[in-house]
Amino acid sequence: MKAGVITFPGSNCDDDCRYSLEKSAGFEVQSIWHKESYLPPELDLIVLPGGFSYGDYLRTGAMAAVSPIMAAVKEYAEKGGLVLGICNGFQILCEAGLLPGALVKNQSYGFVCRDVVLEIASSNPWTQPLTQGTFLSLPVAHGEGRYVIEPPQCQELEEKGQILFRYKENINGSTQQIAGITNRGKNVCGMMPHPERASDLRSHDGLKIWNAIGAILRERK
Amino acid sequence: MKARVHIFFKESVLDPQGSTVASSLQRLGFSKVKEVRMGKVIDLILDHQLPEEARKDVAKMCEKLLVNPVIESYRVELLEK
Repeated sequence: MKAGVITFPGSNCDDDCRYSLEKSAGFEVQSIWHKESYLPPELDLIVLPGGFSYGDYLRTGAMAAVSPIMAAVKEYAEKGGLVLGICNGFQILCEAGLLPGALVKNQSYGFVCRDVVLEIASSNPWTQPLTQGTFLSLPVAHGEGRYVIEPPQCQELEEKGQILFRYKENINGSTQQIAGITNRGKNVCGMMPHPERASDLRSHDGLKIWNAIGAILRERK
Repeated sequence: MKARVHIFFKESVLDPQGSTVASSLQRLGFSKVKEVRMGKVIDLILDHQLPEEARKDVAKMCEKLLVNPVIESYRVELLEK
């Protein structure tokens, strides 16, 4: 399995993603600089890592969303390729229009950095074989993780099974405590928690996400 | 020519910064303050000759980058200098 991890100026979880995908999930990982116009061939997964791309100028993820590589990422996603955005990567995917809604400053205006309990909100390929109602514990670290979406679109997310996780406790004021979603095609996923920070001896719950991605890829082949 | 873009969260998006400023103003005795909405202002110095062209271009800039229509609304003001 081959994954590409994109580095934007200000990304700071790219090395952790690379390490975790290689050591814990068995991926072959290729690093991609945001100024590239093309993706390396035969990627099975693209990861947009966390961090503070472009210093969060204008809006979080806004500048990265118009980076040269993003045209290729959109094309890859339109063809059904798997794209995962973690934290800042989630913000970038929303800004790029690959995922619905937007992420704004936490309701408390404080930076939240701790392990949180998440409830699996739908039986979704990104969390298989875990079923709806199971709990996971993953670390979060964000100042702008309040997910906002208009009620009709939110209802659509719910009905189509696009809500992946909900915070057990609403740590940032997100609509319906949403912590992660997918697009309608279920091939693009965004989540505020960091699976790459919980895929070793300390915690294994992040590994469950990597395993689910592995299962999606095996089903496809 | 100068264009000034005023950007605000849509009414449906909670603005905790604005609410906090509003309660501080009320505490200072400005009891008639009902609500505060925080926004941002972007000034663009442009090389356009025609105001209509400038307006069209600025609207495109807002759609492509300056504004996120999911959460924000905006208003453009053209200034002579």
